[in-house]
Amino acid sequence: MAEKQTPSQTVGPFFAYGLTARQYGYRHPQVADGQISDATADGTAITVVGQVLDGQGVAVGDAMLEIWQADAAGQYPNPSGGGNTGFRGFARVGTGADASQTFRFDTIKPGAVDGRQAPHLNVIVFMRGLLNHCHTRIWFSDEAAANAADPVLASIPEARRGTVIAQRQDTPQGPVYRFDIHMQGDQETVFFDI
Amino acid sequence: MSHRARDWQSHPPAIDAGYKSTALRGPTRPLIPLPQGTATSSGPVYGQDDVRAIDTDLTMNGRTNGEPLGERIIVTGRVLDDAGRPLAGELVEVWQANAAGRYFHDGDQHDAPIDPNFFGGGRSVTDADGVYRFTTIRPAAYPWGNHANAWRPGHIHFSLFGPTIASRLVTQMYFPGDPLLDLDPIFQAVPARARDRLVSRFDIGVTQEAFALGYVFDIVLAGGAETPFEGDR
Ligand SMILES: [Fe+2]
Repeated sequence: MAEKQTPSQTVGPFFAYGLTARQYGYRHPQVADGQISDATADGTAITVVGQVLDGQGVAVGDAMLEIWQADAAGQYPNPSGGGNTGFRGFARVGTGADASQTFRFDTIKPGAVDGRQAPHLNVIVFMRGLLNHCHTRIWFSDEAAANAADPVLASIPEARRGTVIAQRQDTPQGPVYRFDIHMQGDQETVFFDI
Repeated sequence: MSHRARDWQSHPPAIDAGYKSTALRGPTRPLIPLPQGTATSSGPVYGQDDVRAIDTDLTMNGRTNGEPLGERIIVTGRVLDDAGRPLAGELVEVWQANAAGRYFHDGDQHDAPIDPNFFGGGRSVTDADGVYRFTTIRPAAYPWGNHANAWRPGHIHFSLFGPTIASRLVTQMYFPGDPLLDLDPIFQAVPARARDRLVSRFDIGVTQEAFALGYVFDIVLAGGAETPFEGDR
């Protein structure tokens, strides 16, 4: 490598007014919130909720999640524009704006990427006490056939695959997928070396 | 092709004995490499359209009735990928404490004054040479609960995306000669060989006469050395 990488440091406890200001009620611009798409986007509207849990199962109130995903056709947003109206592909949410430390984002169900990867969301996790951010993915419990053929899921030991599959619940407002992130313990979420 | 974009010789461990909060929050199991051809070779793109001129000047963007207190500084540097290419049009987000060591954050309980004219959040976009630039107030040290008489060295938090999700970086910039660096578990968690990359350099050339001292902090993001994957971008 021609240049040595700048080391990572924790996001710390006080990111909210800098990175997620609108969500937390600070007057400062924010590039993205929990709305990955709006009603004009093609696809099935879904909501994803969950908590980030520490090694004692305590919900973390100062974590931040970022989501990057493909649209309903399996295409990531193109920086040169065009394509999808109402679809941003990116979300940034903190866990501390909610009394139960629950995160939530509203989006559309992604399509299969490259025609061979099962529908999934890329997730980056940040928090105080995390010196390097963690990468994981969210797959969906109602995509059993696609999940069974997904090469990344297949690379995860079978006993741990459940940690990256969000569980669908049907509500009057539409499908809600529950995805808790366990930093440690028997249910420790699979994190990728990205 | 390797998808291990991060050079683990340059980054701190998941769990560090000195930094107590890592004990219950750092993952304990090895990271799983992605199979060939499955990495996501795209990421969110933000740029000039997302930043107003005032966002780069933290001495201006939080004013309510006058100038913020403290030592004005200029912080600038180049953003590169690890193949050495400058990254143009990259959003750089920063947040920091004020000149008394207090954050404009509801959760900050440090008994030091809020400055009504300093917010502490800013954004810049790199130019064609990969250069960002902020005008701000030098942040002070502040105490924290990690251990007895624990103080964080003055620092500015940085957040950058780079071209793909593999280049994402959140880090902290420190100031040269700070005696707290030797005592700070967060800084010390970084491998010794890589620590000086987090310490900015005083530069009289950047320093603006009769206005502000200048510091240079260059940032190198992961992922540049990878072969691009022909696919989703
Ligand atoms: Fe800080």
